[in-house]
Amino acid sequence: MKISVVKNILEANDRIAQENRAIFDKSNLLVINLMSSPGAGKTSLLEKTIDALQNDFHIGVIEGDIQSSQDAERIARKEIPVVQINTGGACHLDGNMIRDTFKEFVFDDLDLLVVENVGNLVCPAEFKVGEDFKAMILSVPEGEDKPAKYPLMFRESKVLLINKIDLAPYLDCSIEDMKKEALKVNPHLTIFEVSCKTGEGLDAWYAWLKDSVNNRKSA
Amino acid sequence: MHEMSIAQSLIDIIKEEMTRHDATVLRSVRLHIGQLSAIVPQSLSFCFEVITSGTELEGAKLIMEVIPLEGMCRECKRAFEIKDYAFECPFCGSPDIETTAGQDLSIVDMEVD
Repeated sequence: MKISVVKNILEANDRIAQENRAIFDKSNLLVINLMSSPGAGKTSLLEKTIDALQNDFHIGVIEGDIQSSQDAERIARKEIPVVQINTGGACHLDGNMIRDTFKEFVFDDLDLLVVENVGNLVCPAEFKVGEDFKAMILSVPEGEDKPAKYPLMFRESKVLLINKIDLAPYLDCSIEDMKKEALKVNPHLTIFEVSCKTGEGLDAWYAWLKDSVNNRKSA
Repeated sequence: MHEMSIAQSLIDIIKEEMTRHDATVLRSVRLHIGQLSAIVPQSLSFCFEVITSGTELEGAKLIMEVIPLEGMCRECKRAFEIKDYAFECPFCGSPDIETTAGQDLSIVDMEVD
């Protein structure tokens, strides 16, 4: 007997992500799913962003890693609420893992929640966690061919931060080409060129993020 | 790499549908794998085999069709295949296109007894 099903395989995760989203909505909380390959600078960007916006907003962080709590310890030094998820092998965070952290937060006390996903340019793009939008980092040393090789993440992201621009003079990589390649895959990307090391370009990112949090709060 | 989670979700849906239809044997299941989804069919097939081995689903065939990326231009309203992940209209060059196929990962039908 043939059964017609026609169902999205990720439906169960999408449903949980939607439920998470409904909970975030109640607190008018802006939630960002931050993704990149390992070592592109997710935690460094977070540290800088927390320093810059901590006086304006209450920020919370969920750290996703396969193993270790090093990232959560770095964030905890900023004295903000942070929860570490160790996926124990899984290459991405999913809606369920995020839901399990809810008891650790008081969402009404927060304005911005950043979910730092597992370092991986492929899998995290496939799983929603209940975020308002996905933001990704591509660091200059990774090269301009990455958007064409890993199109899904670039396609799914609203924001692209090109990090480590201070290294550009030492590498055979053109930031202009990087932007061009990324925009080919996703013409709607908002792009920031930054260096978490020197601080260059970060003010534009902070201003944009500030507006996003404020718009979310007044929505 | 995340094919194991996908295979697990797939099996959850299969079991749910089999219970609903009072089926006990799964012969085959057909999937549509969008070209943009980051799934490697061989890996998914391997994970499916690993999870089902020794269970009542063992031996079921996984039939996978890769669905090419297609788009529709919001400017000139023409439909086309999106090649080389270049998300712009090949006719008028507009980047304002809607992806109409090739993004999803879905189960289409299954053959059961």
